[in-house]
Amino acid sequence: MAEDTRTTVLQPTGRLNMVAAPALKTLIEESVAEGRDRIVVDFTDVVFIDSSGLGALIAGLKATRQAGGDLRIAQVPEQVMTVLRLTNLDRVLRAHRTVADASHDW
Amino acid sequence: MVKKAFTRLMVALTLLLGTVYVGWRWAFSVNWGAWWIAVPLVLAETYDLLDAFLIGLTVWRMKIRGDAPPPPDGATVDVFITTYNEPVEMVEATARAARAISYPHETWILDDGERAEMRAMAAEVGLGYVTRSDDWVDRPRHAKAGNLNNALLITEGEFILVLDADQIPDPSILDRTLGWFRDDQVALVQTPQWFSNVTGSDPLGSQAPLFYGPIQQGKDGWNAAYFCGSNAVLRREALMQLGVVGYVREVHVAVRDALAAAERILTRALRTSQEQGRHAMVAVATVRTAARSARQALDAGSHVGEVTYEFQSAVDAASRSLVNHDVAMMRADLASFNLPMELSSEAGLLVIDDRALDLLSDREWSPLSALESVRQLVRAVDVDRVDEAQPMMPMATVSVTEDMATCMRLHTLGWKSVYHHQVLAHGLAPEDLGTMLQQRLRWAQGTLQVLLKENPLVQRGLSVGQRLMYFATMWSYLAGFAAVVFMAAPVTYLCFGVKPVHSYGLTFIALFLPYVVANQLLFFVVGYGVKTWRGHQYSLALFPLWIRACVTAGANVYLGRPLGFVVTPKTRQEHSGFPWRLVWPQVVATVVLVVACAIGAARLWLHAETSTVGTAVNIAWVGYDLLVISVIYRAALYRAPEPTTEAAN
Repeated sequence: MAEDTRTTVLQPTGRLNMVAAPALKTLIEESVAEGRDRIVVDFTDVVFIDSSGLGALIAGLKATRQAGGDLRIAQVPEQVMTVLRLTNLDRVLRAHRTVADASHDW
Repeated sequence: MVKKAFTRLMVALTLLLGTVYVGWRWAFSVNWGAWWIAVPLVLAETYDLLDAFLIGLTVWRMKIRGDAPPPPDGATVDVFITTYNEPVEMVEATARAARAISYPHETWILDDGERAEMRAMAAEVGLGYVTRSDDWVDRPRHAKAGNLNNALLITEGEFILVLDADQIPDPSILDRTLGWFRDDQVALVQTPQWFSNVTGSDPLGSQAPLFYGPIQQGKDGWNAAYFCGSNAVLRREALMQLGVVGYVREVHVAVRDALAAAERILTRALRTSQEQGRHAMVAVATVRTAARSARQALDAGSHVGEVTYEFQSAVDAASRSLVNHDVAMMRADLASFNLPMELSSEAGLLVIDDRALDLLSDREWSPLSALESVRQLVRAVDVDRVDEAQPMMPMATVSVTEDMATCMRLHTLGWKSVYHHQVLAHGLAPEDLGTMLQQRLRWAQGTLQVLLKENPLVQRGLSVGQRLMYFATMWSYLAGFAAVVFMAAPVTYLCFGVKPVHSYGLTFIALFLPYVVANQLLFFVVGYGVKTWRGHQYSLALFPLWIRACVTAGANVYLGRPLGFVVTPKTRQEHSGFPWRLVWPQVVATVVLVVACAIGAARLWLHAETSTVGTAVNIAWVGYDLLVISVIYRAALYRAPEPTTEAAN
């Protein structure tokens, strides 16, 4: 793979909730605007997500897709996985085991 | 009964003479010119007279009970042995004796120390073994009260015999006490505490024959016999009622406090939620409106259950609207770009069912709980007491002496208590001054905590007699201040000739002496056959401790300061010399008193002082003070008998 200027990895920490979600959304939008529209969100250090956090992810997914890129998630902890399954969003956002797995076919 | 009539006669005589004397003091003999010592002295004397009134009132109704009727049919009993750090051998001796109690029962060791050896011992002796449940992790443990509360929820006997780890019960203890519970309103039967490791002269004043005798019998007469934490049988139903009532009260207080703070918290949250957008602000505003109407409803007398339910429902609705908003945004986002074929095959891809929406908006997962202040508020306005290990706390936890507070609450609910005057357990008293002081300090602090937090004089549900009985105990703990005045007054006279009393002449003696003699006679009659002098000595000689208890309990209740403890080594002290650190205030007092006598004598000899009677009265007074204080030196030098004689059988 050639030098990859389109891919970026975001590593939020702690609780991805209503308070934190706007910041993540902004970060993703800025990244897309700078041309890095292949985004992996690494959930290693996330302990919790609520519906606002999900909203930020989907908004990010929309932003990347419209720019021709994609948003993928990796290292997803149990609580986040549960929320994804509950909302059927696990079928939209597939949880990858590692960051490398998430980005290997780019 | 002759003794009762004689007691009442002496009470009447003492109080009459006392009132005349103190009345004369206030009206005619206060030397206002030296008010700084005259007023404290007359106040201290008035304090003593009120104390005499309270004691007189107590013994007036002395109830001499005989044997109890036979136990109620089929009564079931749990015997609780509470331990924290006592040696296994000690607990084992108590446990084996408890197992040998003749009335059918189950015995449990309540080990707050969670020691493996204790568990093994319980298994070997064949007894139940209880430690705290997981609910207590990271929550207030409430010491012995918590230990008992924990065990109350996992046992089921109708009656509970509580024994401290060192209290070896007599096999007949239940047969002799359960019968009092034939009266359905009796919640408690207390028996005396008696110590087997105490010598006849009892320098540490461990035995309390006046308390476990005339005082308790007198309180019993007013239906105010005290629960003393050990050697007592309790009715489970009464404790559970206490738990339920206490739970409702605590919840009410907690919810009221939380709602009182809600306005301020939510207004601030509303400001911070601006960053999260309009929907978040709407949700917070909804919660604020709900908090307002909840507070109004509570003030208007609505049930706390309904109020919290409605508040929680409103919060749920606000959460739900936030989740709905988030989901709507996601749906719109997903619809605006093309998904891979295999995913978009189902029409309306983002199918989120009600269960999922419920979960996303419940308390733990709601976006609202991102606002920490809102989350805490919502948790507080509820009925589950998340800050406590168990919602029900039958044993009162407001004080370090759970027994008195629990007993008072039982009485406010209309339950009766019984004092059964027969030694049915033998315990071990502290063996050195340090340990003894620590124990006394704790009792005093606990009692004063109850006085300050739940003043017995204004407790609804208590009879006037009961109020005064509880108040009497608390009043007696103020003796330290009076003791200081009783030492300072003769010193100022002997050293400087300052007279707090106008005359130390014959009128004074004529009024004072009969009162004092009658008072002593009263104690002689009331405590006939038991040693009351030791207790009297300690009520004055421990003046630094009583004062410290008052100060620390006040600071604890009003300022939230920790109570603090007398520092004392855990292990038995072996000939470690004189404990100056523990008794220095008494040493200072002794030196001052002796020097004052010398100065007083010198002043008389040099004609700086003219009243021989005045000097004599004050020197006699100092002599009495010294006699009283001397007990502390005996206690300091006291060495308990070697451990071989310690085991009680």
